[in-house]
Amino acid sequence: MDYVVEMLNIRKEFPGIVANDNITLQLKRGEVHALLGENGAGKSTLMGMLFGMYHPDLGSIKINGSEVKIANPNVANDLGIGMVHQHFKLVHNFTTTQNIILGIEPKKGLTVDIKSATTKVAELSKRYGLNVDPSAKIEDISVGMQQRVEILKMLYRNAEILIFDEPTAVLTPQEINDLMEIMKNLIQEGKSIILITHKLKEIKAVADRCTVIRRGKYIGTVDVKSTSEMEMAKMMVGRPVSFKVTKIPSTPKDTILKIDNLCVQNNKKVLGLKNFSLEVRAGEIVGIAGVEGNGQSELVEAITGLRKIESGSVVVKDQPINTLSVKKRIDMGIAHIPEDRHKRGLILDYTVEDNMILEIYHKEPFSRYKLLNRPAIHSYADKIIADFDVRAGEGGASYARSLSGGNQQKAIIGREIALDPDLLIAVQPTRGLDVGSIEYIHKRLIEQRDKGKAVLLVSLELDEVMNVSDRIAIVNNGELIGIVQASETNENEIGLMMAGVKGEDRHE
Amino acid sequence: MNKAGIISLISVFLGLLAGAVLMIITGHNPFVGFMYLIQGGTLTLERIGNTLATATPLILTGLSVTFAFKTGLFNIGTPGQMLFGGFCATAVGLTSNLPSILLLPLMLLAGFLGGALFAFIPGLLKAVFNVHEVVSSIMMNWISFWIVYYTIQAYFKGNMETESRLLADSATLRAPWLSNLFGGSYINLGLLIAILCVAVVAFILNKTTFGYELKSVGFNRHAAEYGGISVNKNIILSMMISGGLAGLAGVMQYAGNANNIQIGVMPSQGFDGIAVALLGGITPIGSLFSALFFGLLYSGRGFMNAMTDVPPEIADTIIATIIYFAATSILVERLLDKFSKSRKTAQLSEATTADPLYPDSSEKNTEDKGDN
Repeated sequence: MDYVVEMLNIRKEFPGIVANDNITLQLKRGEVHALLGENGAGKSTLMGMLFGMYHPDLGSIKINGSEVKIANPNVANDLGIGMVHQHFKLVHNFTTTQNIILGIEPKKGLTVDIKSATTKVAELSKRYGLNVDPSAKIEDISVGMQQRVEILKMLYRNAEILIFDEPTAVLTPQEINDLMEIMKNLIQEGKSIILITHKLKEIKAVADRCTVIRRGKYIGTVDVKSTSEMEMAKMMVGRPVSFKVTKIPSTPKDTILKIDNLCVQNNKKVLGLKNFSLEVRAGEIVGIAGVEGNGQSELVEAITGLRKIESGSVVVKDQPINTLSVKKRIDMGIAHIPEDRHKRGLILDYTVEDNMILEIYHKEPFSRYKLLNRPAIHSYADKIIADFDVRAGEGGASYARSLSGGNQQKAIIGREIALDPDLLIAVQPTRGLDVGSIEYIHKRLIEQRDKGKAVLLVSLELDEVMNVSDRIAIVNNGELIGIVQASETNENEIGLMMAGVKGEDRHE
Repeated sequence: MNKAGIISLISVFLGLLAGAVLMIITGHNPFVGFMYLIQGGTLTLERIGNTLATATPLILTGLSVTFAFKTGLFNIGTPGQMLFGGFCATAVGLTSNLPSILLLPLMLLAGFLGGALFAFIPGLLKAVFNVHEVVSSIMMNWISFWIVYYTIQAYFKGNMETESRLLADSATLRAPWLSNLFGGSYINLGLLIAILCVAVVAFILNKTTFGYELKSVGFNRHAAEYGGISVNKNIILSMMISGGLAGLAGVMQYAGNANNIQIGVMPSQGFDGIAVALLGGITPIGSLFSALFFGLLYSGRGFMNAMTDVPPEIADTIIATIIYFAATSILVERLLDKFSKSRKTAQLSEATTADPLYPDSSEKNTEDKGDN
């Protein structure tokens, strides 16, 4: 068999923990090989060894059949291994070409030969169907384009083995489809790909074989075509997982949130949300579907008080809140699971405990006469940690920074639900989480609905919006395109509306 | 001892080492030099008293810088705030005839408010227009400097052209019993007030909702805003309290250690406050100890000069070198981090699933603080 990469019986220990235990991964030439596992399963450690960032304690690595020692990433580069990192490593005020040649600039005398580099980048871009403008600045191009620049960076360095680390986490549905096409092109041009992911749908769409690891252990390698998503999920999580969110039909009651003709500016000082109207009632989940940057952030920030409202009104429980402070809105029963848990959601240098009182530190019993009441804070945080299964080394005393992404997210969701809000706004609540955590968080959202709360769910994952919501409002370019019942629609209809095609247009 | 404490001690040690090298290069015996330096600050009760007195304004300027830093602000207008605070207190002391028991609190209040006023302006500019406080606070120093220069000459001129009239003993923080206790040293009640301030600031930062708000804004202003905390209000208040503490340092200096104001001199204790705060690991109690260390250096310097043939310029260079190392304790922290990094990232990657492929994401976000 023709293997380009063989990682055989790899074992890697870190002090106190076995990160990889007897793991084997064999990449055939010209295949897309998925590496599937939950957060913390050891995927990154394994790939770190292939990329020369760690060295295996036991086991061997073979490239093109011969055993190699990969001492550092430069060696990996020389062996033709390239990696597209989840967080791009680009200089924002440089052009794409400047970024691509960074570190291996072609010289012409004492100057950089940017012309020939630009030509080469353009050629590569064309050959692999990447459609990258060689002279565009990084700050002016979309996230999806930036990722392609990262891919070009590897191709420019003649990488034969491409590692994609969670490449779709930052992409919109369309961009994901484009990326899948690009991967297929790469394979056709003779490259081999390792795809690190925990998204089964993508594996199904693009991968040939899939190696599953769980808690540092090798579970198996399967042929993707003959294995169902359900089976792979079970291998990954270790128990059967239900994809379909089970829920009873909603019984909406009074209107909790009423948005009327709302206009909000975006960061570029133009209207990011235009004449937007929506109602959310008690006991229902309304999902907002749309491609990233189509007014979702503006909508959420206008409701929560983080952004100024230009015109229109937001009414919560029959009271206009347009000019109320963030604090007053929280007191009115608006809770917000923010889009970016590191920017807004948590104070990473505070303990988990201190983070749990971020909105209520000034209230009894957490403080009295402006003095913090530690015992009360402590027991409150402990309860959230227990109820929401937040795993932290030292419990409430752990620094938020030290928690894994999933546990940080659970802590935030626990904190918001513990406020017992009448309106819960959940923005991308499962971003970057694994199947097990996603299932859990969806259950919690539906539980809120069943308790008679109003839930506004904003997500870029179409599956999530469709599975969890009762009604779906679709936004495009800051405008409401339409509202559909989740039970009466399909991906195709919503997809078209996300692209800006209105309901009535379609039937013509 | 916690990590910050260890870092500070290593910094001090490196500073002393550098000072020793300097002495060797200039042909002096470092052991003898340091012996006299330390003896100069501790040999007699009077010398100990003077060390403590020298440290007193430094405790407060260190505290001032620390306080602002906790809210993510870098207040380097402490010299001007200290000068103006001291001036306000002096003006009150020279113009009113109240008994000590009323006059001294009034002077302290005037000093606090004077310093707070000068920090309020950069705080306001930061909150409303997002003008960086480093620029706007340092520029205030000269405004303070020339206002004091003019006003003292015009209204409070003493025997000499360059200084104000002397404060009456009843209008200073000096206390005969305290001076006598330390063999006639110029130690004064300022030390007790400074220690009290350390305790109050530590209490505010760690135990109160106000401290919680301030630190929230300092660590992550976006999250603070999200939690309903008024970022602008806290920035302004933090700057004012920071300035007020610097103003109190001025009272200690000009109505305690001295009893008049020399014009045309920017108080060096202001900028030293930055070094004190950094060496103290940006904690109130740390500022207290590092100020004492600085006090020892400053008050032992003269004795070293007198007892050895180290020229005074070299002595000052040595002191400056030690301070430099102390102030750059962040370097020591980086080195320590690097030392234990491979091990730490490895643990982190598994314990928290932070991705080992992006080591920068697991580092402490020192840059984040700079952004604020």
